[in-house]
Amino acid sequence: MIESSLSQMGAALRAKKISSVELTQLYLDRIAQLNPALNAYITLRPDASLAQAKAADARIAAGTADALTGIPFGQKDIFCAKDWLTTCGSKMLHNFVSPYDAHVISQFNNAGAVNLGKTNMDEFAMGSSNETSHYGIVKNPWDKARVPGGSSGGTASAIASRLCAAATGTDTGGSIRQPAALCGISGLKPTYGVVSRYGMIAFASSLDQAGPMGRSAEDLALMLNTMAGFDERDSTSLQRDKEDYARDLNKPLSGLRIGIPKEFFAEGLDTDVEHAVQAAIAEYQKLGATLVDISLPNTRLSIPVYYVLAPAEASSNLSRFDGVRYGYRAPEYTDLADMYEKSRAQGFGDEVKRRIMIGTYVLSHGYYDAYYLQAQKIRRLIAQDFVEAYKHCDVIMGPTSPSTAFKLGEKGDDPVQMYLSDIYTIAVNLAGLPGMSIPCGFGANNMPVGLQIIGNYFDEARMLNVAHQYQLATDWHTKLPNGI
Amino acid sequence: MITYRPYLNKEFAMSLSTQDVEKVARLARLAMTSTEIETARAQLSGIFGLIAEMQAVDTTGVAPMSHSQDLAQRLRSDVVSESNQREAFQAIAPQVENGLYLVPQVIE
Repeated sequence: MIESSLSQMGAALRAKKISSVELTQLYLDRIAQLNPALNAYITLRPDASLAQAKAADARIAAGTADALTGIPFGQKDIFCAKDWLTTCGSKMLHNFVSPYDAHVISQFNNAGAVNLGKTNMDEFAMGSSNETSHYGIVKNPWDKARVPGGSSGGTASAIASRLCAAATGTDTGGSIRQPAALCGISGLKPTYGVVSRYGMIAFASSLDQAGPMGRSAEDLALMLNTMAGFDERDSTSLQRDKEDYARDLNKPLSGLRIGIPKEFFAEGLDTDVEHAVQAAIAEYQKLGATLVDISLPNTRLSIPVYYVLAPAEASSNLSRFDGVRYGYRAPEYTDLADMYEKSRAQGFGDEVKRRIMIGTYVLSHGYYDAYYLQAQKIRRLIAQDFVEAYKHCDVIMGPTSPSTAFKLGEKGDDPVQMYLSDIYTIAVNLAGLPGMSIPCGFGANNMPVGLQIIGNYFDEARMLNVAHQYQLATDWHTKLPNGI
Repeated sequence: MITYRPYLNKEFAMSLSTQDVEKVARLARLAMTSTEIETARAQLSGIFGLIAEMQAVDTTGVAPMSHSQDLAQRLRSDVVSESNQREAFQAIAPQVENGLYLVPQVIE
């Protein structure tokens, strides 16, 4: 059953071949057995999960089941879920039992899905390796000495080891796509504004976007149908007609124009990753696609621009954590300022503090024009590169990450090295475009490689079609780590 | 290992002083020891070396982009949309009394 697609699982549940309680218990047993070595989950509440499963079974019996009713999902611990500890990977929120549901959580609840647990993540989604979580490092199931990627590393590790049917992620600079690539699963970051940010703990609000992560493009389409939609509680949620993201899955790819950006295959790309990605692109040619050479000349500027804009927004967003209304408060302090400073110093980890400091600096008096404004101007140049490229192609393809999963601790002391690992994903967030990663083979040490597919605005259905057709022709997405 | 090398533009590369870092830590309300300030100084200087590449780009006439969708903010009618949940919210507060959040005294 755990290798069934979400639509097969839904069908089996509705046909009463298995109950949601049985399916949920199956995953809870797997989690009890495998999670201690992986640390993919921060919080489990088996009783709450099973109660949801029982309610789902009643709904199935009543004949009012939806596509996802009764299916157990992991939820990234960045989403507030009522009565669930919601830590965002931080000591700052070690005791934050959310009084409300994020929009994404409500959407899953309304669909009758089961919340299996809250998945581990880099603290406040700031990291590319899941080593900044206050709740411990997450391991990559393909090699437990390696990182799962980040920040949605718990989600990626859980899916790769089949500790949930699928799970949610969020992506500010690559946090869905990079861990998907490093763990050999599929993940989609939708166009900015497609999924509501309400109740999703904010990192960089103009870049943050939630999306589905799973075993196949077909599963992602089904999840996005549930996750997407207008929500008036998010001021940047887009008012658009409801779409069926699975509508184009079975379209043939003949005539598809794939843009290949030369900057994505330049210095810095590991050869094993390049070989796997080139082989995937050759497979697409067999499926009837044609290749178009394109250029995204400002790609390399996306890293400096991102590391001005994202910390600037983060320093503002994270000012709410002050030890007054919720979260961590230092045990000892002399006055109010001291209470703020000690609570924040003790509650935040090093990477979060580093980014708050970068953001505070670039927004401070005298530096605003040189850093923040200049970064916003270059952001437009980066977005315009894509507008130009899409005059000549339908989708853009390249590597998701310049390397396969690196070793735990390998980049721990050098933030700049860590930041550079997001070179192929960040520009997509800055432009607000949809991007996804699907498994396309294995590199050195038998670690998975991800193919990145970047679409034009609101082209998720086409991207899912492009990914699904590849997954019909290949079996990389069905490979399992040893011992799973 | 990633071999990608950023352009380190010497003209714009900067190194932060201890005083700069202390000022930023104060603005950000982060208590830091002198050892932490020094570590942060070294790391932030490295990051600003990365960021410095941006300064050489000619952006004359380019409008800043604050958001990916150039949309105006929506307006809603001025009606109550939230119910009072004071008890639920204060149940998770560090210190409350009679429905109020408690903090150290600020006015003598």
